[in-house]
Amino acid sequence: MEIEYLVIFLPLFGSIISGFFGKLIGSRNSEIITSLFVSISAILSFFIFYKVLNENYTNNLSIFTWINSGALNASWSIYIDSLSSVMLVVVTLVSSLVHIYSIGYMSHDPHKQRFMSYLSLFTFSMLILVTSDNFLQLFFGWEGVGLCSYFLIGFWFKKESANAAAIKAFVVNRVGDFGFALGIFLIFYLFETVNYSEVFDLIPYSSDKNLFFLGFELNAINLICILLFIGAMGKSAQIFLHTWLPDAMEGPTPVSALIHAATMVTAGIFLVVRCSPIYEYSPFTLNLITLVGMATALFAASVALVQNDIKKIVAYSTCSQLGYMFFAAGVGAYNVAMFHLFTHAFFKALLFLGSGSVIHSFKDEQDISYMGGVWKKLPYTWILMIIGTLALTGFPFLSGFYSKDAIIEFAYLRGNSFGYFAAGIGIFTALLTSIYSWRLLFKTFHGSFNNQKIKIEGIHESSMVMIIPLIILAIGAIFSGFLFKDLFIGTDSSSEFWKSSILFLEPLSQDHPPLWFLLLTPFLVILAIPISYYLFVKNKKIVSYIINGNLPIYNFLKNKWYFDELYEFLFVNPSKKLGLYFWKKIDLRFIDRFGPDGVSSLIKSISLLAVKFQNGFIYRYAFVMLLGFSALLTFLIIK
Amino acid sequence: MNFPILSSLILFPILGALFIFFSKSKSNQNLTTKYLALFVSSANFILSIYLWYSFDPLISEFQFLEDRSWIKGFVNYKVGVDGISILFIVLTAFITPLCVISVNNTIKNRLKDFLVAILVMESLMIGVFCSLDLVVFYLFFEGGLIPMFLIIGIWGGERRVYSAFKFFLFTLLGSVLMLVAIISIYWMTGTTDVTYLYSIGIDPKYQNLLWLAFFSSFAVKTPMWPFHTWLPDAHVEAPTAGSVLLAAILLKMAGYGFIRFSVGLFPLASEYFVPLIYILSLVAIIYTSLVALMQEDMKKLIAYSSVAHMGFVTLGIFTFTQQGIEGSIFQMISHGLVSAALFLSVGVLYDRAHSRLIKDYGGMVSIMPKYAIVLMVFTLGAVGLPGTSGFVGEFLILMAAFKKNFLVATIASIGVILCAAYMLWLYKRVIFGVLLKTELKTLTDINKTEIFILTSLVLPIVVFGFYPEPILNTTEVSIRNFIEAYNININLMVNK
Repeated sequence: MEIEYLVIFLPLFGSIISGFFGKLIGSRNSEIITSLFVSISAILSFFIFYKVLNENYTNNLSIFTWINSGALNASWSIYIDSLSSVMLVVVTLVSSLVHIYSIGYMSHDPHKQRFMSYLSLFTFSMLILVTSDNFLQLFFGWEGVGLCSYFLIGFWFKKESANAAAIKAFVVNRVGDFGFALGIFLIFYLFETVNYSEVFDLIPYSSDKNLFFLGFELNAINLICILLFIGAMGKSAQIFLHTWLPDAMEGPTPVSALIHAATMVTAGIFLVVRCSPIYEYSPFTLNLITLVGMATALFAASVALVQNDIKKIVAYSTCSQLGYMFFAAGVGAYNVAMFHLFTHAFFKALLFLGSGSVIHSFKDEQDISYMGGVWKKLPYTWILMIIGTLALTGFPFLSGFYSKDAIIEFAYLRGNSFGYFAAGIGIFTALLTSIYSWRLLFKTFHGSFNNQKIKIEGIHESSMVMIIPLIILAIGAIFSGFLFKDLFIGTDSSSEFWKSSILFLEPLSQDHPPLWFLLLTPFLVILAIPISYYLFVKNKKIVSYIINGNLPIYNFLKNKWYFDELYEFLFVNPSKKLGLYFWKKIDLRFIDRFGPDGVSSLIKSISLLAVKFQNGFIYRYAFVMLLGFSALLTFLIIK
Repeated sequence: MNFPILSSLILFPILGALFIFFSKSKSNQNLTTKYLALFVSSANFILSIYLWYSFDPLISEFQFLEDRSWIKGFVNYKVGVDGISILFIVLTAFITPLCVISVNNTIKNRLKDFLVAILVMESLMIGVFCSLDLVVFYLFFEGGLIPMFLIIGIWGGERRVYSAFKFFLFTLLGSVLMLVAIISIYWMTGTTDVTYLYSIGIDPKYQNLLWLAFFSSFAVKTPMWPFHTWLPDAHVEAPTAGSVLLAAILLKMAGYGFIRFSVGLFPLASEYFVPLIYILSLVAIIYTSLVALMQEDMKKLIAYSSVAHMGFVTLGIFTFTQQGIEGSIFQMISHGLVSAALFLSVGVLYDRAHSRLIKDYGGMVSIMPKYAIVLMVFTLGAVGLPGTSGFVGEFLILMAAFKKNFLVATIASIGVILCAAYMLWLYKRVIFGVLLKTELKTLTDINKTEIFILTSLVLPIVVFGFYPEPILNTTEVSIRNFIEAYNININLMVNK
């Protein structure tokens, strides 16, 4: 029995036990069993990671055949290499902490078993996704995590907004999956296989293959890359397909931390990195990815500046950081993208769970304009949130510093104008990130207490079962960058650690940018702290002055660039109108009127003319048979 | 030739029906009658499983052949199965007992006659899927109309007469042309034996006309756009068991007919009419999905979604590829299970609250949690989520369509997005939300019988989603052979 089986299937067993036998064993046991199973899975994942690190361990287990039709052959499989081992660690670690945290966070919820079951099921799907050895199983995991996300966003099923958000998440993701599926079809069309290794082996020989798609002549590899990237954009909430992520905050906060920050939304990054042997042959798509990543990073950061919902700010921040990761993958620094994914998992989960702790203390208040001045009341949460914020903004020597600055540096090192531009956007976004993050922190914990509904005496620190996972994440947020930077992005990381799991056609630049450039980002990031403090705590008039002076821009940002309204106008309403039109006008007015109703009224009038006394349906039956018979006769005569 | 297993499968339900019909009817004997029908249909199911078990998937020829002279020199009673048809027989035999169990609450009057109709229907459907003679096929195919017509017309809702006639008119008008075509085939070749016709081929000159004649019948039954308007009406008025039979099996006769007869007998014409089929399939997928989005009646919504799902089937068949046809058969089996399950689920609600309108429900999860779970599985099956049977067929079909035409596959894939939208929206409006209506608060969750029916549908939907091999294996060799024959025919005739 390989331990991989345990890693993957323990969460599934936990989910089944809690989901189907939850009533039987009680909520406490369900919580313990699911948390325990996922924790064991996490420990074993570390063991696998260790083996990969030290023993060059790889493994490819085939469980059983899934779909086998003609040339198409896909198995259920477990594939372990450097890339999937990193993902295993991230997923199971964050998941186990979120499981434990949920015990505290959901303590008043009547449906704890169901919640834990969904969390474990999600973990299982995510593990299936990252350990696949073929595109089909990847797609399974892809849709599976989407489904669990749907369940968890809509967990509070009585909330209308939660239900709407859940459907939105599923359908928008389906739009991305539509591209992803077409990408898989194209891969199968070209290579007659969907297994990674076989596809990757064939790619170099087909780099100049062209085909006609929707009237355009396109390079086949470019097209595959673009289609797969559309899928990645949906899952990772990149601009145009991002609209579901902020709404997804309707779900319970542990869900946001696990799914919408640390794991599921990074599946898109994982896909691009996993397919680096394809993307490396498509410079065009890589540039496109950089562009999209850049646009998302900037867009989301700009929106995060003016939001007031604590979770939505963090959600837009996630969106923005995912943009950074794509940005890195686009400049060919896949390992840097993975590194940022890795560190981001810690500090973003920390920020989300910290926000959850704040929300919990404020009795489900999420608006930061009704908070403030509670840092003494919530000392642990306060400190932990500061650590998360420092790590996110890239404060020197915390994890974000190593990973985010590396992204900007690699963009700079491209050495062309596109690279400089990208680096410039990266630095500017880092500044915005710092401002909105500190705005959140200051408005939540400092200044005056602004809540009318509860008294400040009523604010209490969360229980230890919620704080301890936060502490573990904080340790990760502080040290993961420093400890793992050589492994992930060191000068010979590609030969030492990543090996064949990531393909670099050209080795990454070993140069270093000039010193002023290296210092610029940390300088701006640190400078933003006093500025934010002044703006959001000391002298709030300036902010309102700026807002009143630029009301159109403020409204534009506040309304998230009007994406939702635009989509409503472009897609949702026309679909509904078209549906109604097709139904009422074409089906009923046209087809039925001239089809069956027309015929039957014709027959009726003829039959009334011919024989008035017979009116039973047996007669009609006979009549229609007669009709058929005469048609036959006519045919014979003509023939 | 030992035991005539196919004839037994056809005859057994009819004998049961006769027995029930002539048994003395007393109102208090309803239960006995039901058990008898259940016994007959279950025994038939076991027999069909035995058939599947003893079927050799590695042989592409027809198996369990029975060939008896019926009308000398004209029609032979010839039946047999291959990998293409056998699963439909199993599906029919599987769905029928579930229908019989489900009649508990729905059918208030003339239960005995209803059971007779269902059993007769089963016989005829099985006959359709295994007959290898055009005339025999036609008889079974059209015969199936009569019990269905009666089921809608007698046990239907308020507008049952209108719906029954619409159903009858539509389907019969199409079939008349098919009968003409069958007779002309007989004159041209002197036989109506399908296997023999396969081997001699049909004169290319007449293929297009004959194809159109068959098409008119199958397109109505599938139903393809624009011949689909009878289906929503028929479903709405039909009692639950009737809807189930209609969606799960009756529609599949057409898909099966397309493979066996349209493509099998008229390869050149099939190739010629590919654009027509693709366009109608795409219209069916997109158009009816949009219409489904706006439905207010649950049964109508599912009926329209059936049209969309069958659009995938016709698309897949006319790719003439291994994945396409395997996918289509898989999709038909899967849709048979999922649509049956969905109609049964609507029936569960209808039995309790006597409404099919979506707006009359909401928040059902609070009082019917078990129901909410099974309905979720069926919804996901309809959406085609990987891990349910709905995914495998749809994915194979799209994959095959992509090989033939990028644009077609791309447009068809949009249907997958729309399907997610209307199914999840339906689910949300019925199941989620706050339970506001007071009259709903007294409803009870599904009882043991309902749990039995619904879980026996959940199981295959999930199992075949993760492990579709039993179905794909059964069909593989026959389809490969079928496509080879098709390609040889095309080449031969083109060279001529």
